[in-house]
Amino acid sequence: MSETGYEYRVVRGFAFSALFWLVIGLVVGLWIAFEMFNPALNLTPWLSFGRLRVVHTNGLGLGFGLAGIFATSYYILQRLTRAPLAFPKLALAHLYLFNAAIALAALSLFMGMNTTREYAELEWPLDVGVVILWVMYAINVFGTLLKRQEKQMYISLWYIIAMTVTIAVLYIVNNLAVPVTLFKSYSLYAGANDANVEWWYGHNIVGFIFTVPVLAMFYYFLPKATGLPIYSHRLSIISFWALIFAYLWTGAHHLMLTPLPEWIQTVAIAFSIFLIAPSWGSVVNGYYTLQGNWDQMRSNYLVKFFILGITFYGLQTLQGPLQGLRTLNAFFHYTDWVVGHVHMGTMGWVAMVISASFYYMIPRITGNELHSIKLANMHFWLILGGQLTWTITMWIGGIQQGAMWKATNPDGSLMYNFLDSVTSLYPYYRLRFAAGLVYFIGILIFVYNLVMTVRKRPVEA
Amino acid sequence: MGIYSKPVVFAVLSAVVILIGTIVTVFIPLFMPSTQPVSPLIKPYTAIELEGRDLYIREGCNNCHTQTVRPLRTEVLRYGEYSKPEEFAYDRPFLWGSRRTGPDLNRIGGKYPDSWHYRHMQSPQGMFEKSNMPPYGWLAENPLDTRYSIKKISVLGYGYSAAEVERQIADYRAKVTAADYDSKETRDQVTPEKLRGDLTEMDAMIAYLQKLGRDVKNLEATK
Repeated sequence: MSETGYEYRVVRGFAFSALFWLVIGLVVGLWIAFEMFNPALNLTPWLSFGRLRVVHTNGLGLGFGLAGIFATSYYILQRLTRAPLAFPKLALAHLYLFNAAIALAALSLFMGMNTTREYAELEWPLDVGVVILWVMYAINVFGTLLKRQEKQMYISLWYIIAMTVTIAVLYIVNNLAVPVTLFKSYSLYAGANDANVEWWYGHNIVGFIFTVPVLAMFYYFLPKATGLPIYSHRLSIISFWALIFAYLWTGAHHLMLTPLPEWIQTVAIAFSIFLIAPSWGSVVNGYYTLQGNWDQMRSNYLVKFFILGITFYGLQTLQGPLQGLRTLNAFFHYTDWVVGHVHMGTMGWVAMVISASFYYMIPRITGNELHSIKLANMHFWLILGGQLTWTITMWIGGIQQGAMWKATNPDGSLMYNFLDSVTSLYPYYRLRFAAGLVYFIGILIFVYNLVMTVRKRPVEA
Repeated sequence: MGIYSKPVVFAVLSAVVILIGTIVTVFIPLFMPSTQPVSPLIKPYTAIELEGRDLYIREGCNNCHTQTVRPLRTEVLRYGEYSKPEEFAYDRPFLWGSRRTGPDLNRIGGKYPDSWHYRHMQSPQGMFEKSNMPPYGWLAENPLDTRYSIKKISVLGYGYSAAEVERQIADYRAKVTAADYDSKETRDQVTPEKLRGDLTEMDAMIAYLQKLGRDVKNLEATK
């Protein structure tokens, strides 16, 4: 606990948990990226692509993403309420249980206990654990908010509240299942309904883990790092309510042209297009905050991360609705284009903003200066270059694959068999692996920089 | 404004706002029979097919294979008749997938003989040199665990009695271990000698793959 009474051990604990799971998740990612062009790496059942892919997505989404959210939101909560965490011991228990749960989750997925619900693959006992962890977190969020010293709640707190409420609804509804044994259950829903529930969840888990809390970080840390107030409070109000309202209607754009009733698909398209507005509300708010102070892009190493991050968010939220349109979806869906799309959001927007938030936060909670701004800059350029090469490669690969699937001869027969479309992607897969390696080196520098920062002796006050 | 200084009211309001879209697009369709129609021409999985399906789930096959043929000309040309909602009435969970690293499998049933699948699962690269599918020969080294088959069928409500489940298992064992099984030679090649007289995980996986899309022909015949 610091001299102000704020609970920072748990912030630090979650921050380094996030970094740990980030490295693990990326190693698994590199492994499966290699398997895509060289299946010889499927050495054992535990290392086969089908099992490893979910270790990658869960490790990064739940391990890195959630730990990063818990670290920053425990920090933001205390700063914005001017009150220490309501239940610091509960928060520490949350930290230890969280890491135990993620480790068990990884183990269970390696063993093939997998419900196949994308981003909700964990079997039911672990689902129960996740819900308990979430309740522990929510108690601290609302407990701290109720005893706050600052009357008004700043924008970031709205996003944290919305996430806390929505994730609970999404996770519980989507994971309802009938257990057969301790390690096996069947979904409560069947067929098209199951698909509809799952993609309502799948899309909104991206919204309320990779968007809403990351916006909370953006709205808090950008003004803090630059000393500039957010451009428009009114715009942030409109963006917030429109975003959380519209998001929940859009899940079915993942199910375009499937046997799901057409009206659900069409409603999803309409709301996806609508979502561009609140998404860009935040993008515009971010850009205009820097109005007249764009020199900070050069002079303040943190600003680059935030501005590039929000730029990728802006591109992501344009690309998403466009590829949800039926005609474009018919071409792009099921190809690597979508894989590229997802990774622009995660490797670009999410990782950039969490990186900058940690760079701002860790020195302040430890009383140490950042080990090296030079290394932070190197980290920035490596993850930017790595991510851009990664995603652009996948977009091109996706276009090629989509085109090959659709190509016909003059007599109307198919021009390529499926395997042709797979093998033609191997050069892209090799380049993607190389780009992932560059990105990974950037992340290792990030981790090293923060480890060195906390290992320094505190600066004399 | 008031709500920005009242966290509990704010949380309740947020919950209401997120539930509107949820109720309209997810909860209401759950109670509309047209979302997931049921047809008597589409049969539930047998115990063996279901065990195979559970292995498909365990191995995460859905990470690379979809199970929905879209109503697009080239897609129907490549895979066959596009997918109908009735086909998925017994699918818990659904396995439509989201990425085609490998081809769609919704019409794979009956496309190739069992022997093709034994050989392909054992070594995809032996059949297609440049394929990136992981080999699954080890499935033939694991005896099939049918301890929970009866319970699974009852949880899913497929309507088979315990005796029927046991007969389905016995019948399938008899089929693949028979001397005149049309894929005997290949099955013997991939199955270790001590398991040849019994059911393996590979047997169940192939039974499941052979079921996929088989009933849609009945559905089409009535149209």
